[in-house]
Amino acid sequence: MNAATAKQKFDAIVVGAGPSGNACAYTMAKAGLKVLQIERGEYPGSKNVQGAILYADALERIIPDFRDDAPLERHIIEQRVWVLDDNSFVGTHFRSDDYNKPPYNRYTIIRAQFDKWFSSKVREAGALLICETTVNHLIMDGDQVVGVQCDREAGDVYADVVVLADGVNSTLARKAGFHEDIKAGNVALAVKEILFMPEETIQARFNIGPEEGVVIEMVGNITDGMMGTGFLYTNKDSLTIGVGCMLDDFKKNPNKTTPYVLLEQMKRHPSIAPLIAGGEMKEYCAHLIPEGGFYAIPKVHGNGWVIAGDSGGFVNAVHREGSNLAMTTGRLAAETIIAAKAAGKAMTESTLKAYRAKLDESFVMKDLKKYRDMPSVFHKNPHFINTYPNLLSQAAKTMITVDNVDKKTKEREVFSSFRRSRSLTGLVGDAFKLWRAFR
Amino acid sequence: MNPIAVNVEEKLFQNRYRVDAGRPHIRIKDAEVCRSECESRSCTYVCPASCYKTEGNGAVTLITDGCLECGSCRVICTEHMNVDWEYPRGGHGILFKFG
Repeated sequence: MNAATAKQKFDAIVVGAGPSGNACAYTMAKAGLKVLQIERGEYPGSKNVQGAILYADALERIIPDFRDDAPLERHIIEQRVWVLDDNSFVGTHFRSDDYNKPPYNRYTIIRAQFDKWFSSKVREAGALLICETTVNHLIMDGDQVVGVQCDREAGDVYADVVVLADGVNSTLARKAGFHEDIKAGNVALAVKEILFMPEETIQARFNIGPEEGVVIEMVGNITDGMMGTGFLYTNKDSLTIGVGCMLDDFKKNPNKTTPYVLLEQMKRHPSIAPLIAGGEMKEYCAHLIPEGGFYAIPKVHGNGWVIAGDSGGFVNAVHREGSNLAMTTGRLAAETIIAAKAAGKAMTESTLKAYRAKLDESFVMKDLKKYRDMPSVFHKNPHFINTYPNLLSQAAKTMITVDNVDKKTKEREVFSSFRRSRSLTGLVGDAFKLWRAFR
Repeated sequence: MNPIAVNVEEKLFQNRYRVDAGRPHIRIKDAEVCRSECESRSCTYVCPASCYKTEGNGAVTLITDGCLECGSCRVICTEHMNVDWEYPRGGHGILFKFG
């Protein structure tokens, strides 16, 4: 490192400059702590991938006036949920002018730009940021983490506490033996592309005005029998289109469908292709999303360390929320450290257990607990993904097609198609399992 | 689904990388394990950048230049734990323009 970092000891080192690392470093620096943040990318955001939707509330609690200068693409006024078979979709659209009244509650963002902005706020708050530096290991003194070892000359730096905001692969905690490697059944692999086109084209195709946005979430045959979802988001002058499925489903897929073939087939779906036609592809990304939920959350604090964001598995897969949990866990970790420092306490496991208590009291753990059984319901019941999309679109087609068949007969046809694919007890059981997992 | 041919190289060509020449950040620990013990070789179809390829003799080769640093190959190699996976050195590897 350099003379400035090598000689001094920091109150806290934050590893990673994504949403959780930035939220944490910002909050601690604002409170006057001496903070070093280490990022392996060329600049903050250059290693980070997200859909991406920003939920305003979590950021507002950290930077209330973020709307003044944050790079935001479009605020969302319409949410579409589509169930697709090979040639059709059945969907619900919810659009409300209430979402057109400021302050807007969610936006599409482009992470490389957004993270750069967030990081500029962190530095303004007084934290020291070092980029292009990968942390190789934690430095231990007995069972206490006392610093990090970076891939630079004289790369050892020391602090009272290290915040591990190093992303879904959670490399540092794994190497230190704080938790095991993530399991393929608890993580989704998502791939996406960004497609550029004129603003006016996007507005015409999605029936929206300037700055207004639409998100489409999709399930069905686009995931080739795997548990997963597709998405299409409107940015200012680009669209983001992607698809993600559970990693163990990719591994077990008898068709050996690659992620990029899956994405390309989705782009060619007759309901999707016209929306993205002519878009100029400028980047292809892939990323893991921790979706194991409540039961997959590892221990997130110990002697001299805490974990925040994806590194701790803080994602609500049911509601497609992640960056807001990342920011919130980063902020709560910071508040824990600030309070401990003010009280003059050593950063031991027993001091830092206050972080876990704050998490439990927040929406983060409450929501994860509420949906704790959801991952296993879908894992054990693949027909939710494989059978229902086709049944639904067939049912819609049967009822809507005008063809000299009376409606009563059509209803019977729809009902018996469901009965043929799933027994009556199966249908009732499915409804019950979903209800129990959602409630 | 009717499988379609997709050239992932064309997608990766749009991306920005700073390759750490001669210092791959991921290594196959024992090539013989991939060749003779692993039946699924799932890395060859799960890797979103197609970094892993099966050769005619059954060997699996790895070229990390197009790696998107997702971690999938390490996580799926549970039977053999044959992937030695690190992040690239600071500043190297994929550099997302948009992310």
